Amino acid sequence: MQINMVTALNSALELGMRENENVVLLGEDIGRDGGVFRVTDGLMDKFGEKRVIDTPLAESGIMGTAIGMAIGGLHPVPEAQFAGFMFLGFSQLVNHAARYRSRSRSTIQLPMVVRTPVSGGVRTLEHHSESPETYYAHMGGLIVVEPSTPYDAKGLMIKALRMNDPVIFLEPTKLYRLFKQEVPDEAYEVPIGKASVVREGSALTIVTYGTMVPVVKDVVAKKNLDAEIIDLRTINPLDEDAILASVKKTGRVVIAHEASLSFGVGAEISARIAEKAIFELDAPIVRVGSPSMPYPFPGYEKFYVPNALKVSQAIDKVMEA
Amino acid sequence: MQVFILETSVFSGEVKYLQVIDENGNADPARFPNDIDDAKIAEMYKNMLYARAFDAKVLSLQRQGRAVTYAPLLGEEATQIGSASAMRKDDLFVPAFRQHGVYIVRGIPLEYMFIYWRGYEEGNAYPKNVGGTPIAVPVATQMPHAAGLAFAQRYAGKDAVVVAYVGDGGTSEGDFYEAMNFAGVWRAPLVIIIENNEWAISVPRKNQTASQTLAQKAFAAGIPCVQVDGNDVVAVYKATKEAIENAKYGPTVIECMTYRMGIHTTADDPTKYRPDADVEIWKARDPILRIRKYLEAKGLWNDELDKKTLDEHAKAIDAAVEKAEQFKEDPTVMFKHVYSFVPQVLQNELDDALKNNFWQGEEGGE
Repeated sequence: MQINMVTALNSALELGMRENENVVLLGEDIGRDGGVFRVTDGLMDKFGEKRVIDTPLAESGIMGTAIGMAIGGLHPVPEAQFAGFMFLGFSQLVNHAARYRSRSRSTIQLPMVVRTPVSGGVRTLEHHSESPETYYAHMGGLIVVEPSTPYDAKGLMIKALRMNDPVIFLEPTKLYRLFKQEVPDEAYEVPIGKASVVREGSALTIVTYGTMVPVVKDVVAKKNLDAEIIDLRTINPLDEDAILASVKKTGRVVIAHEASLSFGVGAEISARIAEKAIFELDAPIVRVGSPSMPYPFPGYEKFYVPNALKVSQAIDKVMEA
Repeated sequence: MQVFILETSVFSGEVKYLQVIDENGNADPARFPNDIDDAKIAEMYKNMLYARAFDAKVLSLQRQGRAVTYAPLLGEEATQIGSASAMRKDDLFVPAFRQHGVYIVRGIPLEYMFIYWRGYEEGNAYPKNVGGTPIAVPVATQMPHAAGLAFAQRYAGKDAVVVAYVGDGGTSEGDFYEAMNFAGVWRAPLVIIIENNEWAISVPRKNQTASQTLAQKAFAAGIPCVQVDGNDVVAVYKATKEAIENAKYGPTVIECMTYRMGIHTTADDPTKYRPDADVEIWKARDPILRIRKYLEAKGLWNDELDKKTLDEHAKAIDAAVEKAEQFKEDPTVMFKHVYSFVPQVLQNELDDALKNNFWQGEEGGE
């Protein structure tokens, strides 16, 4: 069926809840209201208030109780209503979710999927447009995924719900309803830790994820370029093999993400290429990201979020070098 | 339910409720504040009308795509106008994200608010004498700031009191408790207004906490508290005024019982979770309606005055909207306000953007 990312995630959550009776959802406005983006719409009617929990308004409480639920044998899916609000639960995630397994030598495991909308471009209020992936990936111990298509969103969610690890599941708000795609009705997995080559090519490699995937695809199509586009899908653990294999083939690299440039995912990828494939490069790597400053209020976001022109110029720079 | 049978009571608390003017506009003389005259009540009434008119204007701009997502104050005018009217000139306020009425009473030039709600941080650069911080979107995160700001007033030997606002949902956040606790320990000159509008987006007050009142949360921090009719502007005024006067001895928590008559924000659809009949009940308790009745009964208000006031407000609002629409965005400004200086790395990003005209290509591509 042709569905958008919201419907795909809703379907994955429903299938996951049918498959495993220990899967419970908790968060602000996820039940009666169906979530502010409607990702959990109808699930309270289907599974009841015991499994779809409208919580008090407290993000640290949501993340912390989810950790306790996971210790107690459940598979909680806590939602932070927006990535900016999730920082109130940051301590629980980095101090506890990321560390429980290692500090208990795996005698305590935390199967949980932390969902939150991320990134901007949709003219929302302050703290509603953050791209926080680096914070969660940097720590180690937290799996970080970010789909860019309905198909990947559903498959990654199914996979995350079958894992025994805390997964930070980042959902780009801008892509929730941007397009529909053929998605199977039944459960299927998209592997975690594996990037997807969304377009094969030999002229250059463009590594990207999240909101920048459709932008990059458009630019490549308009330029009629033989570019290889890699959608990371999983940010941590990084699929280094896929990146290096492509770089060895093309010798030219652009890395594009919406998060601000400094100390971002692009820096990590760039460093790994420099360490392991620098002699394969025919041109310096070019990164595309937002300016190194906090996300602005909507009036200025069109000047902040990397646009097609910025991607296009980065490609030109790499191709002309 | 008695859980433990104890020999000695070690604590008991009581939350008192205050109402001065009831739904029909009748004042209770025993509770009427002695520092307020009818002129002051008329002024607060006008400000409630002003706040409601401002609110309607932003909503209409938002619906036309000329403002960003907005959290309306409809129904909560008395809580905001009453508390702000009790503040003295040098007192400060720390709002959440719905307290537009407080800014209005504090004399913000309205164009700043319209610039902000058009989506520009320049709207936060309003004159300092407004005495408030910009809105805080992450719920309750502003509360510790309020406690720290109150501490700083005393530290500097100032007499100023800080009035902080938080919603019913916000009282579930750790930051709310932490702020109260700090203020209690420090005996900081802080007044906490809990604007209890019964709804945290879709979650009703009864599902937010098992606590019988929100005011009583103050007991755990050793702070006095009171619950007031948040739709009675005189009661809110009186409670806030007393709390400000007592602030030299420490903080107070005031729970204002009001109601979110409209939407949470323009992105919200309350028909998903709230029966319309509930809203109807609260329409009869409208904070503006009852003061109108009170003033009319005293012969201090009539249709003509009402029309004149509404016309004045409409003119002032339209003029402010016009000013706000003349505001011109300048993306280079963003780079100048990240630090007290512009680091080289950031300057390079700006130069790069200017040189490559990134900002001209927002529609994309070649």
